[in-house]
Amino acid sequence: MNDFFTFVGDHTDQLIRQTLTHIGLTFVSLLLALLIGVPLGILIARHARLASITLGVAGVLQTIPSVALLGFLIPLLGIGIGPALVALFLYALLPIIRNTYVGITEVSPSVTDAARGLGMTDNQILLKVELPLALPVLFAGIRTATVINVGVATLAAYVAAGGLGEFIFGGIALSNTSMILAGAIPAALLAVGFDAGLAWLQHRSGRRLRVGALVFALLLPVLSGFALLPAGHDKLVAGFAHEFYGRADGYPGLQKTYGLQLTPKLIDQNLMYEAIHREQVDLISGYSTDGRIKAFDLQILADDKHAFPPYDAAPIIRQAALDRYPALETTLNKLAGRLSDSVMTTLNYQVDYQKQSPEAVARQFLQRAGLYKTPSPGERTQTIVMGSKVFTEQYILAEIYRQLIEGQTQLRVVTKTGLGGTQICFDALRTGAIDFYPEYTGTGLLVILQPPADRLRTMSMQSDSVYAFVNAQFEDTYNIHWLKPLGFSNSYALMMRRQQAQELGIRSIPDLVRYLQH
Amino acid sequence: MISIQHLSKQFGGFKAVDDLSMSVATGETLVLLGTSGCGKTTTLRMLNRLVDPDGGTIHIDGTDIQKQPAPELRRRIGYVIQDGGLFPHYTVAEAIATVPKLLNWTPDVIHQRSRELLDKLQLPASSLNRYPSELSGGQRQRVGLARALAARPPVVLMDEPFGALDPFTRRHVRRELFGLTELSETTVVLVTHDVSEALELADRIALMDKGQLVQIGTPDELIKRPANDFVRDFLDDKPHRLRG
Repeated sequence: MNDFFTFVGDHTDQLIRQTLTHIGLTFVSLLLALLIGVPLGILIARHARLASITLGVAGVLQTIPSVALLGFLIPLLGIGIGPALVALFLYALLPIIRNTYVGITEVSPSVTDAARGLGMTDNQILLKVELPLALPVLFAGIRTATVINVGVATLAAYVAAGGLGEFIFGGIALSNTSMILAGAIPAALLAVGFDAGLAWLQHRSGRRLRVGALVFALLLPVLSGFALLPAGHDKLVAGFAHEFYGRADGYPGLQKTYGLQLTPKLIDQNLMYEAIHREQVDLISGYSTDGRIKAFDLQILADDKHAFPPYDAAPIIRQAALDRYPALETTLNKLAGRLSDSVMTTLNYQVDYQKQSPEAVARQFLQRAGLYKTPSPGERTQTIVMGSKVFTEQYILAEIYRQLIEGQTQLRVVTKTGLGGTQICFDALRTGAIDFYPEYTGTGLLVILQPPADRLRTMSMQSDSVYAFVNAQFEDTYNIHWLKPLGFSNSYALMMRRQQAQELGIRSIPDLVRYLQH
Repeated sequence: MISIQHLSKQFGGFKAVDDLSMSVATGETLVLLGTSGCGKTTTLRMLNRLVDPDGGTIHIDGTDIQKQPAPELRRRIGYVIQDGGLFPHYTVAEAIATVPKLLNWTPDVIHQRSRELLDKLQLPASSLNRYPSELSGGQRQRVGLARALAARPPVVLMDEPFGALDPFTRRHVRRELFGLTELSETTVVLVTHDVSEALELADRIALMDKGQLVQIGTPDELIKRPANDFVRDFLDDKPHRLRG
């Protein structure tokens, strides 16, 4: 709990900004929903035949899971406040339309009949009789919509629209409970607070309710204004993943090493590439071998001072497996240095974007490298078990290893792909469930070994020294060897659209810092 | 002076009002009497155009009501319905001010008129800020009448105005209200199925059946010279004991 208060104390500015944005998103969308929903509710109260279809459509919109709805909207509206507002608006629409409709149709016919008989016009009946009498029901709808929106608005952080979701998703990505709570508790308080306030208003009667409704109507645009709070403007707009923004070896590392100062938009890491491709952001934090770098023609900015730890890929293997099959080490090391960053990026691109199978991509690669041999026929009695994590690059590497080993030796390869995260994969290796799998030096260092922070600070982040360190530690601690690196490093990388980077003459992170300062 | 000529109205295939002709004199109280579904309420609602006729004409003081905008017509015709038809969100003061406001009276004049009506209808001055839910049934009925009379309309239409009251209160309230000078100068068309109410209030009674006028005349004429057995049976108001 102390951690939580320390975190809140250290991040008060962010918390206030996120809370205000959150309130703004909630009420802009509510305002839009009222502007559209109330007239629509009135319309269907007049034309009963339109009622079921309109309520049906709004009801269907309501049942679309919020993440899926955002997914549909991103291709249409890109990222940022647009898709977030539209999604929130659509969720708020049903309670507003339905309650306007119910509120008006529940006004006693004798009352509207009397109103007409006294000489009120249709508009006067609506404004002086039906809407005032429908107000309590309408407010119940506004309450529902507000509470839904406070909840759904947390998802705005996926699409770089801000709000308390920034802390929640950042906290989840970093397994930081204090951060999650710093987003979740204010969000819950907002929901409870608005609900209570509107409930109080809903239960006023007569003139007081009408006055309250008027005050609320005047207050709405003010609350909505928070969504339009000016965000910091950089010469280049950065879009960073929540995890990258919070991790010591991500953005904070860049600030320390290069003095980089940005006010980045936070965004889901899979949407980041789409966003830079659509020119909604100019700078993203990607991974250096992602196939989309090639697909979208992005340029990686050189990390001259090694702010990002290296993530050199290399197979890690149990001593026991090497003892059983001594030939394995030389076979696997045939790939040493053969896969550069650009080669790996291309292979990822071929699988992710050209939809080729990992098997075909692996074979073509081995053929070009002169390492492909057709497996010799005959009984294979000895087996080796290989693991891989669950993403494209690992599937491709697994295929390359399988074809290499089966071509070069008489071993049979059993592949266990789909070993979720690092921890699962490594535990399988340690316990002997698998014999080897491809790992990254940075992951070995920061996820598996986790040396104390003061030790890390003094360590050199050069590829060679990290490799030497993890290899020595793994041999000592686990009796597991790091074979020779494949040649590429799947590390964090800052990237820009190649064309823009060239126009601005930015090739490296120091170039970027210079450009931003002038 | 209201003049109704060959008025008819159908709902679906049902003839609610069938070729009805009659006239109501200025200052007269005419009671439309009949069973449920005889067409008396439909006739009344055609007088202020809440229902538009399929055929025939209605003239009020020589003007064809179809030739004027319905809301303007209605503001000059008082309208009272069962239980007052009051708006739940209007105080008594707001209710009485409804039509004067539509006619753009000044607040001062409206206030003065409201006081005057409260006085005449024997409603306590404190009731001005009450909502209908805080009033008794009899009080609601008086407020409903005050609202209808506020703008001094020459014609007032009443649809079962005392229907929601218990028999004792009903007698009491109607005697009181129809004793008002306000009403005695006004042309009143009142719909009821209550024979004793009709006999007590009417200058003339128009007895209707199946959309048609069966007989029209003073209460005395109807009782003494009923046109047929239907009229005689209908006006026979005495209780008949089934046993003994």
